[in-house]
Amino acid sequence: MGGPVERPVPEDSAPEQSAADVAPVTVGQGSVDSPSGVERHGMFGVAGSGDTSGFGGLVREPWTAPGAQRPYGSYFDEIVDGLYEAYADAAAAITKVVVERNELTLHIAREHLIGVATALRNDPSLRFELCSSVSGVDYLGSTHRLHSVAHLTSMTYRRRVRLEVSVSVDDPHLPSLTGLYPGTDWQERETYDMFGIIYDGHPSLTRILMPDDWDGHPQRKDYPLGGVPIQYKGATIPPPDERRAYK
Amino acid sequence: MTDAYAPSRATTEGRVYNLTGGDWDQVFGGTDPIHDERLVLNMGPQHPSTHGVLRLVLELEGETVTDARVVVGYLHTGIEKNTEYRTWTQGVTFLTRADDLSPFYNETAYCLGVERLLGVEAPPRAQLIRVLMMEINRLSSHWVWLATGGMELGALTAMTNGFRAREKCLDIFELITGLRMNHAYIRPGGVAQDLPDGYDATIREWIKGQREELQGVDKLLRGQPIWINRLKDVGWIGVEGCIALGITGPLLRAAGLPWDLRKTEPYLGYETFDFEVPTDDRGDCWSRFVVRVAEMWESLKIIEQVLDRLEPGATMIDDPKIAWPAKLSLGPDGLGNSLEHVQKIMNTSMESLIHHFKLVTEGFRVPPGQVYSKVESPRGELGAHIVSDGGTRPYRVHFREPSFINLQAVAALSIGGLVADVIASVASIDPVMGGCDR
Repeated sequence: MGGPVERPVPEDSAPEQSAADVAPVTVGQGSVDSPSGVERHGMFGVAGSGDTSGFGGLVREPWTAPGAQRPYGSYFDEIVDGLYEAYADAAAAITKVVVERNELTLHIAREHLIGVATALRNDPSLRFELCSSVSGVDYLGSTHRLHSVAHLTSMTYRRRVRLEVSVSVDDPHLPSLTGLYPGTDWQERETYDMFGIIYDGHPSLTRILMPDDWDGHPQRKDYPLGGVPIQYKGATIPPPDERRAYK
Repeated sequence: MTDAYAPSRATTEGRVYNLTGGDWDQVFGGTDPIHDERLVLNMGPQHPSTHGVLRLVLELEGETVTDARVVVGYLHTGIEKNTEYRTWTQGVTFLTRADDLSPFYNETAYCLGVERLLGVEAPPRAQLIRVLMMEINRLSSHWVWLATGGMELGALTAMTNGFRAREKCLDIFELITGLRMNHAYIRPGGVAQDLPDGYDATIREWIKGQREELQGVDKLLRGQPIWINRLKDVGWIGVEGCIALGITGPLLRAAGLPWDLRKTEPYLGYETFDFEVPTDDRGDCWSRFVVRVAEMWESLKIIEQVLDRLEPGATMIDDPKIAWPAKLSLGPDGLGNSLEHVQKIMNTSMESLIHHFKLVTEGFRVPPGQVYSKVESPRGELGAHIVSDGGTRPYRVHFREPSFINLQAVAALSIGGLVADVIASVASIDPVMGGCDR
């Protein structure tokens, strides 16, 4: 597979939702950064008793992926350059570029997601024809803790890029990619089911893996886990996150 | 009209009957059978032709399918959530149970991701063993597809022959890992244990047997008129449709695009193996049959090359902070920790005991970050999106399951066709509900 392949973009490939339909994220861009993990003390998750282990003084701070500086290396510069050429608002759209472990992550402001994805799919120098995966991550402890992560694949150039959009629990809306990549239908339903991220413009955003009448979104980090009652003087096996264990 | 077996109610879509049995003449007595024959048929989730717990809601006009909806989730067991409360090594034990027909692919996709987060690579022998296990697994998975797909179309000998051939694959799994399924054999850093004595001769003998079984498929099915009529020109989807719906694997290759991650984005040294990516250009159920059978022949070629290349060496990374400390061995009282290891930690080295304890209970820490690792499973691109917060447990593990995504094609494959062809179309997708629902 050599250079760009000239292929006409089909007439009906326009996204069903325009960028204007989506409210911009109201807070400053700096707070879009989401550290992974919450601050932790000690090693065993024990609270209340004295520091019997001697590890109680350990503090592990949440980690935030550092933004990458140019040159990004590999083919990543070409993708970002191509996106700047193909999408006029790219500077506002890309809130952060992360390059780690030979993978490119573009953090996108949600009002620009459709525009960026359209450019990535249609531009001859980008050609990300396939949306491999859409899933969610809950970075508990930050304002925009819910992340919707899309992995795009360019079959023409054999490249990959990850688009990450972060939203808050109070306003968990972002545009649906189903107009561009119909295959994200079920994956967005799953992400809604598990994280409560609402994809505006999705044809039927209903639960898919959990029962229809389920309460809450189980993959959120603050979703309560179940303990198991046992037949010994009313004792229970505590839920996994409350057990005494290395953390 | 009231009927104890078919209560009806008026809706905006017309009168809806809930058929539970009874006299059909009486049920349809008040309707025009020619022009008012729309029927909503609920198929599954326990229907024997839906590959496990898949539910199809079909809307029929006579025998023609006018609408098809797919309902999944009956086998959701929260595997992804569970891994967040176990160590990185224990994650393998959960994920091997996701897609129960291709456990080694789940394990490998996950372990490759964890290894990339750690910045390590498994030793060459372990990588070859992973390729070996995955390719044997491709055969065993495709055999189940042929067996169940054949059974659903009424080819019962295809079923018995397919499961017989798959049983021989499971024998190899049992020989190497000790288990027929749920192996947890591939671990971050390598594999759980080395190949047993005499593996080479056994596998070569098995290859001979598999070739005979594959020739049997040609003799039994390839020229059989019923098989051809049930598959040809049924359940068509083209390359554009596949890419739009995110469909990969044999469906995409049967539509004509030679997209195979082993060739396009090689991992575990697949670029050094000599094999072809079979494709076909019809995009129907017959093409998928042709492509899958051809893939099985190619997998046997890869397995032979692995056997030729295997050299003695380590099967687990030489890093005592990551490598699983114990080695299993067969003692007089069954499989357990090797005697040398027990003697070392109990008699000679206190540090080794501490080390063993820490690694097994606490596990190792993985530097924070996220990766997306992918392998070409028998059903298409199997991706693992793994996020670490720097702790001893995964922060998030998401599996991009080809069964889950490919099942979205059911409507495209079956609308406009006959209800009997829905069976052939669903079988040709080869969904595994354990993987789909996770």
